[in-house]
Amino acid sequence: MVQIRALRRVASILTTPRTPEDFLGLVNPLVSSRQLRGVVTKVVRETPDSTTIHFRPGRGWNQHAAGQWARIGVEIDGVRQWRSYSLSAAVGHDPAVTVTAIGFVSTALARDTKVGDVLFLDTPQGDFVLPEHPRPLLMLTAGSGLTPVMSMIRTLVPRRPDADVVLIHSARTRGDALFHDELLELADQFPGLQVRHWFTREEGGRRLDLSGVADLETLCPDWRERAAYACGPTDFLDAATELWQREGADGAVGDAPALTIERFAPVLLDGVGGEGGLVTFEKSDKEVEVGGDVPLLDAGEDCGVVMPSGCRMGICRSCLTPLVAGKVRDLRTGEVHGDEGELIQTCVNAAAGPVHLDI
Amino acid sequence: MTATTNRPTTTPTRVGTVDGAATTIRPKKPILAATGGPAHRPSAAAHLTDADVERLGRELDALRDRIISTRGAKDAAYIRRVIRIQRTLEVVGRATLLLSKKKSAFVAGTAMLSVAKILENMEIGHNVLHGQWDWMRDPDIHSTTWEWDFVTPAAAWKHTHNDLHHTWTNVLGKDKDVGYSTLRMAEDQPWRPFNILNPAINLILAPFFEWGIAIYDLELEAVKDGEKSKDDLKRDLKAVGRKVVRQFTKDYAATPLAAMPFGSGKQALIGTFTANAIRNVWAHSVIFCGHFPDGVDTFTEEEIEGETRGDWYIRQMLGSANISGSKLMHIMTGNLSHQIEHHCFPDLPSNRYAEVAVEMREICQRYGLPYTTGPMPKQVYQAWAKVFRLALPNRPRPLPKNAAHAVNAPVPPRRSALPMVASVG
Ligand SMILES: Cc1cc2nc3c(=O)[nH]c(=O)nc-3n(C[C@H](O)[C@H](O)[C@H](O)COP(=O)(O)OP(=O)(O)OC[C@H]3O[C@@H](n4cnc5c(N)ncnc54)[C@H](O)[C@@H]3O)c2cc1C
Ligand code: FES
Repeated sequence: MVQIRALRRVASILTTPRTPEDFLGLVNPLVSSRQLRGVVTKVVRETPDSTTIHFRPGRGWNQHAAGQWARIGVEIDGVRQWRSYSLSAAVGHDPAVTVTAIGFVSTALARDTKVGDVLFLDTPQGDFVLPEHPRPLLMLTAGSGLTPVMSMIRTLVPRRPDADVVLIHSARTRGDALFHDELLELADQFPGLQVRHWFTREEGGRRLDLSGVADLETLCPDWRERAAYACGPTDFLDAATELWQREGADGAVGDAPALTIERFAPVLLDGVGGEGGLVTFEKSDKEVEVGGDVPLLDAGEDCGVVMPSGCRMGICRSCLTPLVAGKVRDLRTGEVHGDEGELIQTCVNAAAGPVHLDI
Repeated sequence: MTATTNRPTTTPTRVGTVDGAATTIRPKKPILAATGGPAHRPSAAAHLTDADVERLGRELDALRDRIISTRGAKDAAYIRRVIRIQRTLEVVGRATLLLSKKKSAFVAGTAMLSVAKILENMEIGHNVLHGQWDWMRDPDIHSTTWEWDFVTPAAAWKHTHNDLHHTWTNVLGKDKDVGYSTLRMAEDQPWRPFNILNPAINLILAPFFEWGIAIYDLELEAVKDGEKSKDDLKRDLKAVGRKVVRQFTKDYAATPLAAMPFGSGKQALIGTFTANAIRNVWAHSVIFCGHFPDGVDTFTEEEIEGETRGDWYIRQMLGSANISGSKLMHIMTGNLSHQIEHHCFPDLPSNRYAEVAVEMREICQRYGLPYTTGPMPKQVYQAWAKVFRLALPNRPRPLPKNAAHAVNAPVPPRRSALPMVASVG
């Protein structure tokens, strides 16, 4: 290792102002230490809308914990786009993400990714992870919210004879249900996993009802004894959170909180957008006039500023950018704030008047 | 700290896809008025009315927007291909120099390294530093992270070039540079006996062009005038110092050293020196062709007072000259052969200038504006002719016979270009 570093130092004397990796990248694109990349090794169509993309990450990747997510960058029309995706593979395997086509980036990823493509990556993060000590678990998922839980199940169930997991997964139809057959096989093979699918279409259009306990009691009578994990659309998670609070089940079971949730989309307040203003990106020497409902992150990216970012929904704080001057509005609360030097979460804050950012 | 690269734009751009629908960004506040006009326009544009100029401004804005809205994967692939070719040439060229004891290896290695250095500075470095590829959001091909194979640090050059030269193109007294004190490149500059050295200085400047630029970027004149602090100068000197050490070590120590085991140390040293010199002479020639050939105008500060967006475009058109030639020629000049297009739209991807040029020429024709272009030898000749001509005092214009008493009257300045010696592009 020390030798490699010494060799690199010597080589960089000859490659300055570039790095040796810039030249090695001519033969192996994964070699860049500045930009983590992964090469796609397998693409599996899961449902009509979802695709699992397996990739081999380059140097600098850390193994993920089951339930964590990573930022995936992909080039669409020549422009780098970043989104977060939960890692659906079991720990110890080559990472994979399962993308459901619902918008601009996800559709491109799910439909156009081919084996051999190079993806840009960021290291895994997030604390939607398994409890440290074994305990009975309840997984409550809907739609693409199954992906982080799938990694947990794949990691835990085959390896731990003492696993005790109930999965309640809601999908529109059998055909839309992610990992449907694999889950049934796992449940067949391992007594530690019980799978309860809820197909809204087959229930006559009735959605899994988390406004009361009835459905839960039917599907998993001992739900109160289990540490619960939930991931799915906003209203699904809101209902679950409320239910756990109301039923007093939101106390700690051992060392794990009773309900742990993972959101895929930010909870923005409707209509908080205000006036907006002229945003100046000082170091990048760019400026743009933006509306009051546009996250500063999007505004910067749109004029070509390389903005730091992560979850793009206000949880990871990877996007913190120092404010030089001006006021910003938090799109989650509507609060207008901004002190000089304050670190701004650009993914959930918009301009409230002229804003100068130190980037 | 405004984006001069976006200077004349007022057209709305679209940003972000929040809630599926693109949110429209309100137009960028025009730094320049859209309507009105200066008290008097440069003579080449004097026939245009305010309304004409306004329409021309809108046409060029629309042209720019059209290119921006069609930037995409093909353009990204282009710059990556150029970078790949350049890096391959650089590695293979340098490696070949290790064996340069053999004459053929010396010639091939030096040639490849020269081409690599030219591509690196012109089509890649200059254009990346202009932010032409920022839209890709690739941190490895971005104006804020790029450093080039040139002694002047990218940051210093971006300031003097992007902020000063591109904003004040050919405005006398504003578009300052090293040439002002060392070279006499405009009739309006008073003649001093020292200017007799004009050709000699320029001849030395050419092969050491990068050093001229490094000195220019220190803005010594601004320090003397108190516009730049001593601390800033110290900081810049340190940055140049570090860069110089790295550049020197690479080309004049490490490469020859690596060639020594093959008995090619001395030849490798000559090879890298030659490659740098060839690149310097080439860059110097291209830059001189950009603003000094016949037909290029300079401007007074009154002429830009009240300048509208349309007038700003016109100034860029009148103050720049193109080089005609093959596709390879355009790439080797970093597409600065499309100097007119580059000056109007400094941040459009260079590979698109050729298509902009077709429309630009048509627009110039329609508005009766000159569009200066010519093959490289002709443009270089004209620029050098100016260097020689201005080594001597301005020749007084023939006076009417009965006006002998007016011999000492100030000679009306003839229009000519400003020295932009140290502003690549
Ligand atoms: C921690 C984390 C983990 C994630 N894991 C996954 C994953 O494993 N698989 C996966 O497919 N996606 C996952 N996402 C969502 C993903 O990051 C993108 O938000 C999603 O793919 C939409 O991006 P887009 O560019 O396609 O949509 P855009 O074009 O940006 O948006 C289209 C519309 O869809 C809405 N939208 C965004 N996300 C969702 C959502 N989850 N459900 C419903 N509507 C939404 C947007 O508000 C917008 O209105 C995760 C997000 C986070 C923050
Ligand atoms: S990107 Fe995660 S908090 Fe902003």
